[in-house]
Amino acid sequence: MAEQQRHNHLPKLLVLGISPVFRLHEQKFAQRFEILRAWETPIFTEEFQASHAPHVRAMLCWGGTPVTAEQLSHLPALRLVVTSSTGVNHIDLRECHRRGIAVANSGNVYAQDVADTAVGLLIDVLRRISAADRYVRGGLWPVKGEYPLGSKLAGKRVGIIGLGNIGLEVAKRLEAFGCIICYNSRKKKPSVPLPFYLDVCDLAANCDILVICCALTDKTHHMINKEVLLALGKEGVVVNIARGAVIDEKAFVQCLVQGDIAGAGLDVFECEPNVPKDLLELENVVLSPHRAVFTADSFGDCFEHISGNLEAFFSNKPLLSP
Amino acid sequence: MEAIGVLMMCPMSAYLENELDKRFKLFRFWNQPQKEEFVKEKANSIRAIVGNASAGADAKLIDSLSRLEIVASYSVGLDKIDLGYCKEKGIRVSNTPDVLTEDVADLAIGLILATLRQICACDRYVRSGLWTKGDFKLTTKFSGKSVGIIGLGRIGLAVAHRAEAFGCPISYYTRSEKPDSKYKYYSNVIDLASNCQILVVACPLTKETRHIINREVIDALGPKGVLINIGRGPHVDEPELVSALVEGRLGGAGLDVFENEPEVPEQLFGLDNVVLLPHVGSGTVETRNAMADLVIGNLEAHFLGKPLLTPVV
Repeated sequence: MAEQQRHNHLPKLLVLGISPVFRLHEQKFAQRFEILRAWETPIFTEEFQASHAPHVRAMLCWGGTPVTAEQLSHLPALRLVVTSSTGVNHIDLRECHRRGIAVANSGNVYAQDVADTAVGLLIDVLRRISAADRYVRGGLWPVKGEYPLGSKLAGKRVGIIGLGNIGLEVAKRLEAFGCIICYNSRKKKPSVPLPFYLDVCDLAANCDILVICCALTDKTHHMINKEVLLALGKEGVVVNIARGAVIDEKAFVQCLVQGDIAGAGLDVFECEPNVPKDLLELENVVLSPHRAVFTADSFGDCFEHISGNLEAFFSNKPLLSP
Repeated sequence: MEAIGVLMMCPMSAYLENELDKRFKLFRFWNQPQKEEFVKEKANSIRAIVGNASAGADAKLIDSLSRLEIVASYSVGLDKIDLGYCKEKGIRVSNTPDVLTEDVADLAIGLILATLRQICACDRYVRSGLWTKGDFKLTTKFSGKSVGIIGLGRIGLAVAHRAEAFGCPISYYTRSEKPDSKYKYYSNVIDLASNCQILVVACPLTKETRHIINREVIDALGPKGVLINIGRGPHVDEPELVSALVEGRLGGAGLDVFENEPEVPEQLFGLDNVVLLPHVGSGTVETRNAMADLVIGNLEAHFLGKPLLTPVV
């Protein structure tokens, strides 16, 4: 009986799907909140509607579970959606705003890991690390001799698209390698002493490398198109750790195959986990299965952050990362 | 200068070969089927040797070339040259410092990221079609991890500078403490290895530093530790390293150099926590050209009676 009472005092948290963070830290979540698992009792069922819907004020979701207007209509008491991702493109933000529902993301917890991935992919493309590793593992070093030369990083002009938390961490790292940094963003950032380009094509024309760090929105969808890629040029390299759809993937693959740009490091794709077949044949691309945030360290930090946001909400304090 | 004989020890750069051909009488050592005969025959004309990380000038070769005046190395490492003997015989030695510092340091960080975040394994995973069957595992964060550097010369400092941008605390071991350094000093390699998560080898190869990474150091680094070697293969006791990796006693390794290049221990081929590179530390078009220009510059300076650009001896 005491157990039940204690359980009932914990705030209710609707968990929409099993995110990697939730899977890793489920027990810890259960110690702080009463967990309602949407995959066990779907929200549109009578059972859920009767017992829980009137009391569910907070929900945890992730990139793999879209939050739609229809779902929101089944949750009249909902006032907060927390996502364990940085991206919020899977949430109907307009509908949330209309209903007065706050949305919180992972804030800054992943920024370092994502920036590390961006830099790791870039060095790999320029210095051919994965390709050379394949060469060695294939027993080719004694047979074919020296591996073809790569390209120096110092002195290269890097254009960062989207200078948010992640973009700034990427800039900080690449400056230490002697890269020259400039950026494109919705608006110029007066506190940042880096050259700003309002037009992405202009940025591309003045850079050797593009690193995509922006959110996926209506405006940024397919923003990196054939025009931008041709402006970047034959020696150009693209690194994408944002969302696949920021790039017009079809045009991009064509540019790579035809040699209109020199190479790419990609953690994200338009139709994950499907990767265009042509890319699998290329030596000048490095492919990663959307793992930029997937370290044990950052998942621990994410759990603390999500908890922090939820606890702030339930005690009527300001959210950590609205 | 076309009459000056220059002996190039092995293929290292088509650009360098062409430039040497234009200016001197170039002999290609690797093309000679009877090397000892060849050396005896040409000893009278050879006044310079161009070597690299794989082949330089040992006492025997120096003795057989009575007219040898200078050994110009297409590398910064000098472990293939008998420096003491050159000094004794009044033979000049030059190398290629500074121009390759950034590339080697970049590669060290690239190796750290590729090893900790398993970038190569991820790329293999996608190319093999496994992503459609399931997600790749969690990897290890780099930012903020402690980095220990053996050797705080030009390359070691450049590695430290880059790692600092990732928020990594830096510590180091050198023969004697550097009073101007802001980094934490350890007076022996074992203490350094016990107190860092990522250990980078960035010192010259000498008698003293051969097998500086031995079983004890590997044990001190431990199952969560990662070894990065951008020095020379013989810095590491390779069989010990291989068994530690295969048995899981060491967390991972990023290796650009090996004891018997181009041979690489095959037991490492199946491991995801290891990155294997074919000695590409200075392997960019820009840097190799700059290195070649330095070799040519040093040779020309010598034969024109001017000071060497980058003298060692």
